Amino acid sequence: MGHEPVKFYQVGSFAVGNRLLDRDERTVQSDSGRSNSLTSGHRACQGCGEALGARYALDAAMRAAAGRLVAANATGCLEVFSTPYPETSWQIPWLHSLFGNAPAVATGMAAALKAKGRTDVRVVAQAGDGGTVDIGFGALSGMFERNDDVLFICYDNEAYMNTGVQRSGATPPAARTATTEAIGDEPGNVFGQGKNVPMLAVAHEIPYVATASVAELHDLERKVERAMGLRGARYIHILVPCPLGWQAASCDTVRLARLAAETGLFPLFEAEHGRVVDVRPIRKRVPVEDYLRPQGRYKHLFGEHGRPDLVAAIQEIADGNIERFGLLAEAVEAGAR
Amino acid sequence: MLTQIEGSKAVAEAVGLCRPEVVCAYPISPQTHIIEAVGAMVKAGRLGSCQFINVESEFAAMSVSIGASAMGARAYTATASQGLLFMAEAVYNAAGLGLPIVMTVANRAIGAPINIWNDHSDAMSVRDSGWIQLFAETNQEAADLHILAFRLAEELSVPVMVCVDGFVLTHAVERVDLPEQDQVDRFLPPFEPRQVLDPDEPVTIGAMVGPEAFTEVRYLAHALQLQALARIPSLATEFAAAFGRRSGGLVRPYRMEDAETVVLALGSVLGTVKDAVDSLREAGHRLGVLGVTTFRPFPAAAIADALSSARRVVVIEKAFSIGGHGILGADVALALGRSGRDGPRVHDVVAGLGGRPITEASLRRMLAEASEGRLPDFTFLDLDRGLVERELRRMDATRRSGPSAENLLRDLGVASTRIG
Ligand SMILES: Cc1ncc(C[n+]2csc(CCOP(=O)(O)OP(=O)(O)O)c2C)c(N)n1
Ligand code: SF4
Ligand SMILES: [Mg+2]
Repeated sequence: MGHEPVKFYQVGSFAVGNRLLDRDERTVQSDSGRSNSLTSGHRACQGCGEALGARYALDAAMRAAAGRLVAANATGCLEVFSTPYPETSWQIPWLHSLFGNAPAVATGMAAALKAKGRTDVRVVAQAGDGGTVDIGFGALSGMFERNDDVLFICYDNEAYMNTGVQRSGATPPAARTATTEAIGDEPGNVFGQGKNVPMLAVAHEIPYVATASVAELHDLERKVERAMGLRGARYIHILVPCPLGWQAASCDTVRLARLAAETGLFPLFEAEHGRVVDVRPIRKRVPVEDYLRPQGRYKHLFGEHGRPDLVAAIQEIADGNIERFGLLAEAVEAGAR
Repeated sequence: MLTQIEGSKAVAEAVGLCRPEVVCAYPISPQTHIIEAVGAMVKAGRLGSCQFINVESEFAAMSVSIGASAMGARAYTATASQGLLFMAEAVYNAAGLGLPIVMTVANRAIGAPINIWNDHSDAMSVRDSGWIQLFAETNQEAADLHILAFRLAEELSVPVMVCVDGFVLTHAVERVDLPEQDQVDRFLPPFEPRQVLDPDEPVTIGAMVGPEAFTEVRYLAHALQLQALARIPSLATEFAAAFGRRSGGLVRPYRMEDAETVVLALGSVLGTVKDAVDSLREAGHRLGVLGVTTFRPFPAAAIADALSSARRVVVIEKAFSIGGHGILGADVALALGRSGRDGPRVHDVVAGLGGRPITEASLRRMLAEASEGRLPDFTFLDLDRGLVERELRRMDATRRSGPSAENLLRDLGVASTRIG
């Protein structure tokens, strides 16, 4: 048996324990001096992946920008649960305008900074999947195309959660939502629809595109830091499980986010100027069933009247991603050699 | 400096003199010449570090203006017609957030049927959005109102829309006295925002407000408009002192002394109206004109005062509320009704829709009818009744009578002459 390098795993996960790392390798989140951009007291559901993702991403961005950050926020859960005024969870300058215009509002902020000759303040914009891939997509594409100096972050919980879990262009096939009920021949959301906005972002050939997950904190923070180190249009698409909309246990948010990546359903990759430059390997490939079963939105696929054919079709999608992005650790290592 | 200049260019020059920091717009006739000219100024380096941004829609243009204004930059945009409707959600948002953006609306009809020519349906469609709405009578005023608009907007932190009749003004070459930069600089101080996104003092802007305070937030917007009502006349006086001519203000009376019939209107039609009134006065009719420069906030008291001794008011409207009545006329009637005086009778005359010329001859005919007490309360100037009746009969007779607009054109022989 060959030499096995030491790896530090927390129980049941591959997250590296902070205390075992050198101080400068530890996460922003582990730093008691982190900015807590989205601070406690907000009204997200217990286990909300979006709240987690927003704090992770913005704290990393705040560190990268030395605290000089402004944010434009689209309408959606994140906006609603964070600002039941007179309370606000935002500790950064923050503007909510509309559901579909966050990218353009951010362009305006960046333009104002440029007009004033200020390079110290950085601009982020953020929206849910609906605000990003559907109603805000025209504005997003415009912001990309002009290469405006904005980091846009999409918190993808795969449906319009704020309005009660309706289908979006990011809702996966077979998922039950309030507008794709689990009834009929093709229960849940239909197959063959939806759009891959991270790849559409890549097609705009902007400086930086990445997908990230709330289950991979180090990876997420590294990607935000990388994005903040660049100028121009940058895009990070973060998978943020929603216990309410996914009908999943609050304690399973991080586990589901991890399984989404480990099944191949949510590939983690980075792209620069139109080319995929890196992927995060799947270390332990899992069948999609492990990911689907804990989620009530897929429960019609299992049990007595289950639909193994649809589970198989979802497995095919996962396998396709694994092949397309070369996600298996062996493939990545082989590529690296 | 006196120059012969196209209305759009004069507006662009005036905007340039206001030192905007972010200009973002999307092209639509008849606004295009304005933004092209501002864009050229930015590109030539005449406006310092001003950012000119070409976006993918009017919705984005207003949204960019919102972001820029919230960041403390002086923001300008321009649009018309379909473009104003396309940005409507953001138009309301800018006002709701209290961001002092200035926008030119090169007034144009709204489709369908698509029509690029002038009327006021676009401005009226966002009448209730919380923007201050000023209407220019001439190209001189179109230019001047922009300087006033930035001053007013920034003082009160309310967005201001300057309405300039499409083509009639925007594409007309006229003599305009363009102010000097130092004059404008003295009149318009640098933008000092009431609220700004600043990492040194982080604030949340655009929070959700429920029933507990929404009425009060809206009332505040109304209160600011009422402040504007008081401020606009004094600003016009200041403007006159600084620039040596009158522009802006709430209303503008013309030959109102002893007038029995007063014609009330917005925008460029006032020129023709004055000509018609001049010639009718020569024929012995006691007519006057009341131009309305400020439409929102609505100068109800100033209008009721000005009309106090008139017997009738003829309101000429380049838009109307379909299925209802005239829009300006309804406001005027309400102002008079609430003044508690025995006011004049209000006649609404819808005119100039989709660019139909409002001729002096038609105005004279209609005003003579009014003087003789024969003008109905609500009429359409130069309406081709025969054409309308024919289509109504066709619709009665045939279920599948087809698209009306196209039928009317065929009846007129317009389509056939074009195609044939
Ligand atoms: C123009 C417009 N259309 C619809 C809505 C209603 N609306 C508000 S939030 C929302 C869904 C948000 O979904 P998403 O962007 O995915 O964010 P999430 O709530 O899931 O985080 C919808 C449909 C709106 N506010 N504005
Ligand atoms: S519905 Fe989902 S996204 Fe919205 S607050 Fe709850 S968990 Fe978060
Ligand atoms: Mg969503």
